Amino acid sequence: MEKNYSLPADHDLFPEGAQRCSLMKFTVWMGLVGVVAVWGLYAAYKVLSTGLGVTALDDYFGFGLWITFDLAVIALGAGAFFTGLLRYILNIDPLKNIINLTVIVGFICYSGAMLILVLDVGQPVRAWFGYWHANVHSMLTEVIFCITCYLIVLIIEYVPLILEQKQLNRIPLLHHIAHNLHVMMPLFAGVGAFLSTFHQGSLGGMYGVLFARPYVFRDGFFVWPWTFFLFVISAVGSGPVFTVLIATLMEKMTGKKLVSWDIKSLMGKIAGSMLFVYLIFKFMDTYGWIAHILPNAGLTYDQNFYGNIYGQWLLWAELGVCGVLPCIILLVPSLRNNPALFYSAAILDCIGVTINRYVFTVQALAMPVMPFDTWETYAPNWAEWGSSALVVAYGAIVLSLSYRYLPVFPQEKKLNATKA
Amino acid sequence: MQAKEFKVKWGMAIDIDKCTGCGACMVACQAENNLSPIEDASNKIKVMNWLVVYELSNKKPFPEHDVAYLPRPCQQCGTPPCVSVCPVIATDKNEEGGIVSQIYPRCIGCRYCMAACPYHARYFNWLDPVWPEGMEKALTPDVSVRPRGVVEKCSFCHHRFMMAKDKAIVEGRDPEALADGEYVTSCTEACPNGAIVFGDLNNPDHQVYELARSKYASRLLERLHADTQVYYISRREWVRRQLDNYLDNEKVKG
Ligand code: SF4
Repeated sequence: MEKNYSLPADHDLFPEGAQRCSLMKFTVWMGLVGVVAVWGLYAAYKVLSTGLGVTALDDYFGFGLWITFDLAVIALGAGAFFTGLLRYILNIDPLKNIINLTVIVGFICYSGAMLILVLDVGQPVRAWFGYWHANVHSMLTEVIFCITCYLIVLIIEYVPLILEQKQLNRIPLLHHIAHNLHVMMPLFAGVGAFLSTFHQGSLGGMYGVLFARPYVFRDGFFVWPWTFFLFVISAVGSGPVFTVLIATLMEKMTGKKLVSWDIKSLMGKIAGSMLFVYLIFKFMDTYGWIAHILPNAGLTYDQNFYGNIYGQWLLWAELGVCGVLPCIILLVPSLRNNPALFYSAAILDCIGVTINRYVFTVQALAMPVMPFDTWETYAPNWAEWGSSALVVAYGAIVLSLSYRYLPVFPQEKKLNATKA
Repeated sequence: MQAKEFKVKWGMAIDIDKCTGCGACMVACQAENNLSPIEDASNKIKVMNWLVVYELSNKKPFPEHDVAYLPRPCQQCGTPPCVSVCPVIATDKNEEGGIVSQIYPRCIGCRYCMAACPYHARYFNWLDPVWPEGMEKALTPDVSVRPRGVVEKCSFCHHRFMMAKDKAIVEGRDPEALADGEYVTSCTEACPNGAIVFGDLNNPDHQVYELARSKYASRLLERLHADTQVYYISRREWVRRQLDNYLDNEKVKG
């Protein structure tokens, strides 16, 4: 066959029928992301070689940006397990058009969170003690086990997609493996949904059991504090729209249509419904906290806030501007189908869940529990930002490579047919 | 949650009215337990102190102004918020005597226990400990030095407990029935005013038994039900009010 020199040099690796930018352009983009990654790697190296003293964490704030970041990305990565559940278990077929992306985003979020955790523990070499000397009473133990198992499930879900790469798929063995894994996917989706529900819950439970920290302590059902359920529902109320935002960002960057509007709108509707359920419980929870938990600890509502940095505005922003508002937009069809409103709602929804994870992590520790103690403030420093940026850069790299070489978006060919 | 009960329960009674805030207890603790100095000790929330003396104020203008000093070791909670959360059982409350242990070689440094403890009694080794030259001669041989990346805290000078028990065993006595004063912490010993009294909270022969039951005695954040083994004594009502979060309309005992 004649060589077509107008095609990018690596076009043989592209998914069937897909168009991609030139290799040069792609390399420049990867180079830019690489610079951030190198900065992050340097931060990670500093943390591992000199210790956590290089961070802005201290004896008040044992948890800081990293845990907030972890909790936030894991919540936002919830698009994976929830969409998998809806697609494979409840048979909502149209979701097949976005499921690949949710798996990749989920994989990035979870593996990235693991990476941060390696930095965040003071003794990374002993990290395996979590499996070996497990304390069954600790919510963190549940998190450790579930996150690991779920990451494995995500890898299993990601592998067939890699094997479907045009050239790899020509190898009969790999083709069969990919096919068989696909057949088993409902099983993994089920296992993934189960595992993910539990550890999303345990992440919330981690805070709810801190009975000496009235800001986050919650009673609940059996062994589970309230926060267990709140974290699960808030994650599924924001994860789906986060995936849509990623897809849209990719569309903007590549200049191609990747996911049809009806799928995005469906994801928005799903997130909106879950957000609605969440908000009902969250408002009940907030009331119970003010009326029951705080007085029991001898605290008043006002004592939980301090200045601007830990002000009440955070609560109102989380519940109102980033809760009720996006919920309405996502649930009312006429509003939802206005792209500008839809994307704004999606962004607010994601900010809301991030604020929630932030206040549970940082404000809970900043608040003085002993009457003579004082509020402390915390601002992460470059080492923490750097390593968090590393995860973002890592995500961008995985996503870019996946988009360029793997058949991620089943609708891409059709949606861009007229353009071509 | 039910507090674990022990036949012997080591505890402290700290008389706040006798404490002058001199800091001798802090220094004694520092030296006894091989707490490594850190380069920038001005950073009070990264510095190592197992015992901290807090300054309390009644916040009234002169001449009604009054201050008090409150030494805060680990409270050795009966239901320790820190123990149940540790994913690797690096901390536990199981030994006769009811002291909350901390196993440094087991700790992975996740700092969840620090988030759980409302008393800020737990400290993390942020950086490698650096011992000024010659200081190795002053280290206590019975206390391990801790590496970077683990959490540590006051252990009621547990090594002294071990030694007192060993002595009792050698002398043919019951190691679970130590006499008053046979085992005391280094802060107790160092306090020039006798503000800290240490002993078995369950043994009427120990001075601490009476003190902990005095009408002026109360514990830090009692209503959170951590059931601590450190009692604070003050005849000043405003001080007792600051031991727990009393709402304005609530009466304080004593
Ligand atoms: S005071 Fe803190 S460190 Fe000590 S036992 Fe209680 S919770 Fe644990």
